[in-house]
Amino acid sequence: MPAPSFPEAPEGISRRSFITWLSVGWLGFGAAMGAGLTAVGRLFFPNVTFEPPQQFKAGFPAEYAVGKVDERFKKKYGVWLVRNERGIYALSTVCTHLGCTPNWLDAEQKFKCPCHGSGFYSTGINFEGPAPRPLERYKIGLSEDGQVSVDKMAKFKYEMGQWNDPNSFLELV
Amino acid sequence: MGKPTIFETVKESQAWKSIFRHGAPSANARNRVLVVLMNVFLHLHPIRMKKSGVRMSFTWCMGGITFFLFLVETITGVLLMFYYRPTAEYAYYDIIALREHVPIGIMREIHRWGAHSMVISVWLHMFRVFLTGSYKPPREFNWGIGVVLLVLTLLLSFTGYLLPWDQLAIWAITVGSNMARATPFVGNEGPGAALLNSLLGFEAINAGSDARFALLAGRLVGEATLLRFYVLHCIFIPLVASVLMAVHFWRVRKDGGISGPL
Repeated sequence: MPAPSFPEAPEGISRRSFITWLSVGWLGFGAAMGAGLTAVGRLFFPNVTFEPPQQFKAGFPAEYAVGKVDERFKKKYGVWLVRNERGIYALSTVCTHLGCTPNWLDAEQKFKCPCHGSGFYSTGINFEGPAPRPLERYKIGLSEDGQVSVDKMAKFKYEMGQWNDPNSFLELV
Repeated sequence: MGKPTIFETVKESQAWKSIFRHGAPSANARNRVLVVLMNVFLHLHPIRMKKSGVRMSFTWCMGGITFFLFLVETITGVLLMFYYRPTAEYAYYDIIALREHVPIGIMREIHRWGAHSMVISVWLHMFRVFLTGSYKPPREFNWGIGVVLLVLTLLLSFTGYLLPWDQLAIWAITVGSNMARATPFVGNEGPGAALLNSLLGFEAINAGSDARFALLAGRLVGEATLLRFYVLHCIFIPLVASVLMAVHFWRVRKDGGISGPL
């Protein structure tokens, strides 16, 4: 019985080089798809957002009366500036329960959230309702022109012991 | 043979025959199969099914009702799109206009009640499948598809919630999207985000680059969020859900038909 004969491989392409080129092709295709999908993912992060800046100047320290909660920057920047006898701190207006915006009730001297009734003292410490932790404070300091400057990119949490950080409080002695 | 009636003339015409290749279902079993198989709408149905498949006390017809409600939502939703503009300036007033000025002022109500009903019926469908053990082999994969469809139904509900652009909508989405902050690794307050940032050596995941930012197109719910949710609500999620529904229904048949009592 004669041995079965197989057709000769065509000239110029061996099994090895076919598999090599096949691998190169698939790897190239995979890399191109990966790069394309990454680029599409980047599409969802716009380079410009039409939101108020994260840093802003909040007037001169002399404008702040001791014991008052300043609401001028609440609507635009989401920040309360509170002056006590030692200095000024910047409180976030985001309730630590679910993220609504509480109101400052001057007569009752407390922040009260309309969504689920969380209450906070003017220090930001929570004392009633479902909020599990105090309001957050933002980085505060003095700019070169003597104005109060607030930076929302840096947050200070009471429960993490961060209110001792000098950047969380503007000392005015 | 008398003169052919108008019906016979029409049924012998080339146009009729090109549409209905196999005529009406006849006593011939092969012909009945072909009539169904060759029609794109009829072929979605099985050629035959078990008697128990139409037993309402077993299936509650909840899957079918959910699909029906999806169709209601698609039709009423497209009708609403003729008037609604997803911008901060117009969205709220277009919703009012849809009730006050546009004919059939209950269209948005139908869409809204349909949405509530669909969420309820899809849960009841899942409940029924669980109670009857219909998730067991060979239907495990279809249970998985169904869970994804449940999530998509809830996401449709969530994205649609923002579109009226009133206080309820804005705060509901503010509160709801806060969950995205806690996404592992890609949420700025989630587990692993701090680890990732320290490994990379810079703040890769912050409030301006995390999952919540991608969802809202910003740090706050704003006009960009409205547009993003509108596209997700009207185009992206329905498209994905439609593909998965096709797979879901296909697998119901391929995994042995609608499950019945053993």
